[in-house]
Amino acid sequence: MANEKSAATVKVRTKTTWKNALKRDWQLYLLLLVPVALVVIFSYAAYPGLRMAFMNYKPAKGYAGSEWVGFDIFVKIFKDADFVRALKNSIVFNLLDLLVGFPMPIILALMLNELKFLKFKKVTQTILYLPHFLSWAIIGSVAYTMFRPSSGLVNIIMMDMGWITEGIPFLTEKYHWAITYLLIGVWQNMGWGTILYLAAITSINGELYEAAIIDGANRWQKMWHVTLPGIRGTIVTLLIMNLGRVMGSNLERLMAFDNTQVRDFQYQLAIYIYQKGLGNGKFSQGTAVGLFQSLVGVVLVLLSDKIAKALGEEGLL
Amino acid sequence: MAKKKNMEEVASDGSRAISKFHISDVLIIVFIVILCATCVLPFWHVLVKSISGNGAVMAKEVFFWPKDLSFEAYTKVFADASMVRSMGYSVIVTLIFTILGMVVCTCAAYPLSKKRLKGKGFFTFVLMVPMYFTAGMIPSYLLMNDLNLLDTMWVLILPLIYSPYNMLVMKTYFQSSIPDSLEESAFLDGATNLQILFKIVLPLSKPIIATLSLFYAVGRWNAYGDNMYYIKKDSLRLIQYKLYLLVQGAEASIATSLGDVGGASNTTTPEVLQAACIMFVTIPIVIIYPFVQKYFVKGAMVGAVKG
Repeated sequence: MANEKSAATVKVRTKTTWKNALKRDWQLYLLLLVPVALVVIFSYAAYPGLRMAFMNYKPAKGYAGSEWVGFDIFVKIFKDADFVRALKNSIVFNLLDLLVGFPMPIILALMLNELKFLKFKKVTQTILYLPHFLSWAIIGSVAYTMFRPSSGLVNIIMMDMGWITEGIPFLTEKYHWAITYLLIGVWQNMGWGTILYLAAITSINGELYEAAIIDGANRWQKMWHVTLPGIRGTIVTLLIMNLGRVMGSNLERLMAFDNTQVRDFQYQLAIYIYQKGLGNGKFSQGTAVGLFQSLVGVVLVLLSDKIAKALGEEGLL
Repeated sequence: MAKKKNMEEVASDGSRAISKFHISDVLIIVFIVILCATCVLPFWHVLVKSISGNGAVMAKEVFFWPKDLSFEAYTKVFADASMVRSMGYSVIVTLIFTILGMVVCTCAAYPLSKKRLKGKGFFTFVLMVPMYFTAGMIPSYLLMNDLNLLDTMWVLILPLIYSPYNMLVMKTYFQSSIPDSLEESAFLDGATNLQILFKIVLPLSKPIIATLSLFYAVGRWNAYGDNMYYIKKDSLRLIQYKLYLLVQGAEASIATSLGDVGGASNTTTPEVLQAACIMFVTIPIVIIYPFVQKYFVKGAMVGAVKG
């Protein structure tokens, strides 16, 4: 029996031929067929459509009848004022998102870590995670209920208090909108974003804290000199992932905060692709913008990963 | 011995910390309570508004407690066939999506969790590429058109039931939580791969099945972008998209399926009605949320482990 077992193990570990592998694991390959078929049909089959970015694609003529134009479409979109505006807005808003949104979960995780009543900590965490589970449709509509100039709760309270005489157009004037939009983004992600940091904090060696206490460190010094360095790897990993999204934009979030007064800022790449590309039938341009967006995203991730590794961090890939 | 002493020190330090309550503790608690308030009060306000009288809301007297309690708005929401049908439809789509998603996820994760699988690297590559590179909205739209899926329920289901991220989470779980020896001995007893999957692996994987089902369900329940660009038919609109249209429409004028109901009998203001609609869509998720939240946290942690 023992002999048989070791023989089987050896057989498994040596290089198997395809014939043997299929004989032994045909059921596994059969299972794999399902997801492979799905990605081929729904993801890979869409890749050939990318050639539209290098064609003057006319839906009526199809791929075969449309002419190849090289990089003309890309030249055209960079001359398109709408695209330039969308690109500028996307970059500015994503960088601001990163700037105000990235540190918040770290700060919050440090604060939550200091809570001593476990029950209280648990309840607050549950509450803080909630916005992450609601759709942008819900968040957008609640935001309008809170921030409408005349009937929004925040404005009513401030007027009742006598702080303002006229409602602040939180969501209906573009600069106010920009701030509100960004803060709601931070708010939506702040609680959920703490999870990985909190997990990283629990794995910090307790002896480091003891040493710090012996050295006379106070709470803030412990945070700064022990906790933060302890979660540096997690911070870098998440930063890399977020940098990859600097070119992306979330269509649902943007649409949820859409209104005619704020289009100057709300018009970002996802909106451009959706409205101009799909809505107005400019398929080639929309495809080119999408391709540009995902390629820049991939390059950014690779680049920041390289930088992180050069700085001696673990990186992501 | 020295170690034991260390541990005792930690414990005594911990208990001492509880008895000593610094001003900084108060600051931290205040900070966190304020943040929690921003997560609860807006929804509470909408809820209160939705069950308040029309006059009180118009007079801007409704803050955090209902005035002139009335459930008329909800009566109207439930009387609106298109809202109720859309809710039912969303539930059905979410259920089908979740079930099929879990089947596909298992089909991908189980074989790829086996170290011995020949061609594993190739299959992993094929299944992971879509996570990093997608063709984008327009090529996908034209593909759905070619596949005759536009304006059908299936366009909301089939393209997304395979999720590379969920697959990674499940694969990681299989590899780390199910002892190889268990499967090996079953294998030697003559069990086939499928028998091992159904009789050993899946029964041991209930936590991850719960977690990933919830990932799938909440993801589908909340998304409405694809509904927006793939589907024009009114009857195939998910409840989230209906809410979006309702509120967006209301920004200009109340012009929705509910508009005429609210407008005809001038007793409920659109604002109260809107609040009721928001709650109609929000309440289901808020009710199940406290019970499922812990599974999400677990899933997020497994997912963080590099694949």
